[in-house]
Amino acid sequence: MLSPAELAAVRADFPLLARTLRDDRPLVYLDSGATSQKPDPVLDAEQDFYLQRNAAVHRGAHQLAEEATEAFEGARRLVAGLVGVDTDEIVWTSGATAAINLVAYAMSNATLGRGGEAARRFALQPGDEIVVTEAEHHANLVPWQELAARTGAVLRWFGVDNDGRLRIEDGVITPRTKVVAFTHASNVTGAISPVAEIVRRAREVGALTVLDACQSVPNMPVDLHAFDVDFAAFSAHKMLGPTGAGALYGRRELLAAMPPVTTGGSMVEVVTMSETTYAPPPQRFEAGTQPVAQIIAMGAAAQYLGELGMEGVWAHEQQLAGELLQITDIPGIRVIGPTDTTDRLAVVSFVVDGVHAHDVGQVLDDAGIAVRVGHHCAQPLHRRFGIAATARASASVYTTADEIATFRESLAGVRAFFGQA
Amino acid sequence: MSNAMQELYQQVILDHYKAPHGKGLQDAAAGSACGESHQVNPTCGDEVTLRVEVDGQQITGLSWDGQGCSISQASLSVMTELTQGASVADAERLGEVFRDLMNTRGKGLDDDDAEDLLGDAVAFTGVSQFPARIKCALLGWSALRDALVRGTSVTASAPHTTQEIS
Repeated sequence: MLSPAELAAVRADFPLLARTLRDDRPLVYLDSGATSQKPDPVLDAEQDFYLQRNAAVHRGAHQLAEEATEAFEGARRLVAGLVGVDTDEIVWTSGATAAINLVAYAMSNATLGRGGEAARRFALQPGDEIVVTEAEHHANLVPWQELAARTGAVLRWFGVDNDGRLRIEDGVITPRTKVVAFTHASNVTGAISPVAEIVRRAREVGALTVLDACQSVPNMPVDLHAFDVDFAAFSAHKMLGPTGAGALYGRRELLAAMPPVTTGGSMVEVVTMSETTYAPPPQRFEAGTQPVAQIIAMGAAAQYLGELGMEGVWAHEQQLAGELLQITDIPGIRVIGPTDTTDRLAVVSFVVDGVHAHDVGQVLDDAGIAVRVGHHCAQPLHRRFGIAATARASASVYTTADEIATFRESLAGVRAFFGQA
Repeated sequence: MSNAMQELYQQVILDHYKAPHGKGLQDAAAGSACGESHQVNPTCGDEVTLRVEVDGQQITGLSWDGQGCSISQASLSVMTELTQGASVADAERLGEVFRDLMNTRGKGLDDDDAEDLLGDAVAFTGVSQFPARIKCALLGWSALRDALVRGTSVTASAPHTTQEIS
């Protein structure tokens, strides 16, 4: 748990948290599940790169290029360390969406015969199966729908229970399953998936596993080697880092066997007019100029979280989840997701009886409280619950119990404002 | 409650939200020219199906069904009141004026004639201060424009869709 003094020190690192809005009300930022705010060390890292070290990485024989490369690869070490993997198992991407698409398109390319014999394990035949869950963010659903459409594979999924937990039933993963893509923690319900159970079932049939770790990496200890997943995706901007950067974790031997997706400069060994051999991973998957400053800042974010200690961050997160879930005491509020703090993040989506989510968000905004409204890029999950939209409050390491109390107080007045109470 | 909020949620809007006009799709009379439009605002899941019946150049029937926030529902309700029985040209002109109003960033049109024309719809002036809500107020008007094209023209237009932002 973060002590009050530690929490105050954390908040002091986030300049934006000090601003006011809408008639000078202090900001209560409860939209960290959409994007987190950024601490000074992250902002400084990005600026410092441009002020002091800006040069092309992995080329050039001058000192600036050396320093830029060192910072760039140093970020890879920091990010790998935060999620418990080896440095060369981290591939830079523009974000989690790009990371998941990278795997899906590499499988497409393997299906077309690219990557040769070594890549055969990624190839899909018509009738092979891809398994996802009903709780996925569109970023971990649509790429698999598209892969199925391109290869003739069949998309199947685990459903979701009334309390928002995944329903892990027999018969979804079958001997024909080639890949199982699932979220570590839902960006709507906050429910943490039974990773070990899903991985065990996938392993039994030799299927690859792809974990969407966007919501978990900023908020809880994540050890991808211990999880034994094959791939994982997460974005910088949700973990106190900048937009434009993200990472794909891939198990070393899998990355080594995987054909490239985006091709061009920086990912090659030998290029002739007729053919090309490719660099080993991770460079094989990093064609073109990378968002170097953002990646270095992502490294700074990983370092910041690592220094705070993810066990402490997680304890804080669980306390905040309990604070958020107290909204169930307000008449007319229904939480979409688990209403206990077991295995869930401080991400709480809810509906207000008789008031549309957009109107809920507007009233909260008027009090300086930022929440997200809509389907949160998870339309199937909302459809599963028979609703078009929810409001969602999501916390981060800098969120305080007092802020959540302010939120609950404002929320309690919403129904009366719309004549519903 | 801030001034901007009071301007956004005018009583007339809340009243229309609670008791919307025209809600519930009506069957069109046999043989009449009928246009229907389905509009979605993917960012918040608002949805409306609107049906318009046209006799010559006159709107003789207008009904809709859908779900959405107070602004979208109230706007549909006010629009139904204003355009039911109006000529197609007047309804289209009204839609243009309303769209202009939505671009005023809360300032209003500063045009008495236009405001007379808008009637209760002037209450939506406050909406134009909130960029995220303008689409809510326009949902019904977009449906009407599209349905009129479908109901009065032999060439069906493509359904209007908004880009998803997620």
